[in-house]
Amino acid sequence: MVKTDIIIIGAGPTGLFAVFQAGLLKLRCHLIDSLPIPGGQCSEIYPKKPIYDIPSQPEILAGDLVDNLMKQIRPFQPGFTLGECAQTIEKNSSGDFIVTTNKGTKHHAPIVAIAGGLGTFEPRKPNLVNLEKFENYGVDYMIKDPEKYNNKKVIIAGGGDSALDWTIFLANIAKEVTLIHRRDEFRGALDSVEKVQKLKDDNKVKLITPVEVTELHGQDFLESIVVSNGGMIKTITTDYFIPLFGLTPKLGPIAGWGLEIEKNAIKVNNSLDYQTNIPGIYAIGDVNTYPGKLKLILCGFHEATLMCQSAFQMIYPDKKNILKYTTVSGVSGFDGSRKEAKKSTIKAIK
Amino acid sequence: MDQDVTITVIDREGKSHELIAPTDMAMNLMEVCKAYELPVEGTCGGMAMCASCQCYLESEHDLPEKSDDEEAMLSEAFHVKENSRLGCQIHMSKALEGLTVELAPE
Repeated sequence: MVKTDIIIIGAGPTGLFAVFQAGLLKLRCHLIDSLPIPGGQCSEIYPKKPIYDIPSQPEILAGDLVDNLMKQIRPFQPGFTLGECAQTIEKNSSGDFIVTTNKGTKHHAPIVAIAGGLGTFEPRKPNLVNLEKFENYGVDYMIKDPEKYNNKKVIIAGGGDSALDWTIFLANIAKEVTLIHRRDEFRGALDSVEKVQKLKDDNKVKLITPVEVTELHGQDFLESIVVSNGGMIKTITTDYFIPLFGLTPKLGPIAGWGLEIEKNAIKVNNSLDYQTNIPGIYAIGDVNTYPGKLKLILCGFHEATLMCQSAFQMIYPDKKNILKYTTVSGVSGFDGSRKEAKKSTIKAIK
Repeated sequence: MDQDVTITVIDREGKSHELIAPTDMAMNLMEVCKAYELPVEGTCGGMAMCASCQCYLESEHDLPEKSDDEEAMLSEAFHVKENSRLGCQIHMSKALEGLTVELAPE
């Protein structure tokens, strides 16, 4: 069981910055995120796109913003449960929360801050009859264990980076890799497109374009798929079919936690501390809503800051707390590191 | 007002909504729909990277050509038809007066 002061659900910019603000108050944090890397949308959707409205950053790439935040919070040694989705929440006898992920990892803390953005990223599934029947029986949406495709026939569908990257990767593992796409053109890093071109020229992967998958066949396990481009219809035998059509966010299990939800977002008290209708559970960043809400990273930072002050008082109701400025007080990490402004020297000039 | 255009958006239940959209606020169709609280998610914020604002052009308007980004996204999206467009890539202009679009399924 992971024990901490604040469980933060969602490791996007707002969740990451909350670690810093909590750390200044000597509160420890643990982040849970369904994605395998921190950064949320900034890492998953637009790492190479510039952001222009972060105060004091005239232009910063989303990926760099995440890197900087990770650097900023390092002294506070946050814990991470990545690639797992927060599934259930319950209160124990002492009033603390236990958050359990879909993989059974349990987290224990007096405070929960939901910084879940638009929700959990789930694979976008094509609309095919029988698709669900073959899930885990030949149809995969994510590649978790590449070795499982060793010496197997694999068909990858999609036209973006992940389809290209996994085609390149599996070309060396699988017995046969076929990449299919609705168009001849692929949207990915130039380097990846060229690599796939070369693999195709060397007969190491098969490319079938422009086609769409129309049917899946098999008994218990997937055996073949049917592709079509309007006129031509073709059946291809295979062991695996991996549609890689990107990820789409869903509020997910959090929607069933008894929180007040309005328009797919969690209602919070914005005049005070961004607490939800359940005391001890806060919602910050894009996941919350209140009158006048703006889904901006900078607003998430502000909300995280206020949330931490409130969480501190909730954990230590009798402790007096006063806002301190980092320029004056410096930053003392849990790792023993210490950053502070240089003291001015006082020396007479003769 | 002079700089406004009136457009029609048919929602996923088939209901028509007449929207008055400004052309001087650098808004796109996805944003206009959101401003009227129509069920358009605009997940990626307008970067042509999610297709949650996909719609079908139902009027005879000559829209600007699709950019490579829009073409690429539509090639990966679902429920795509000949007249599919991404709302976030359609910028409000006077030429869109009377535009009719239908929201694509989610």
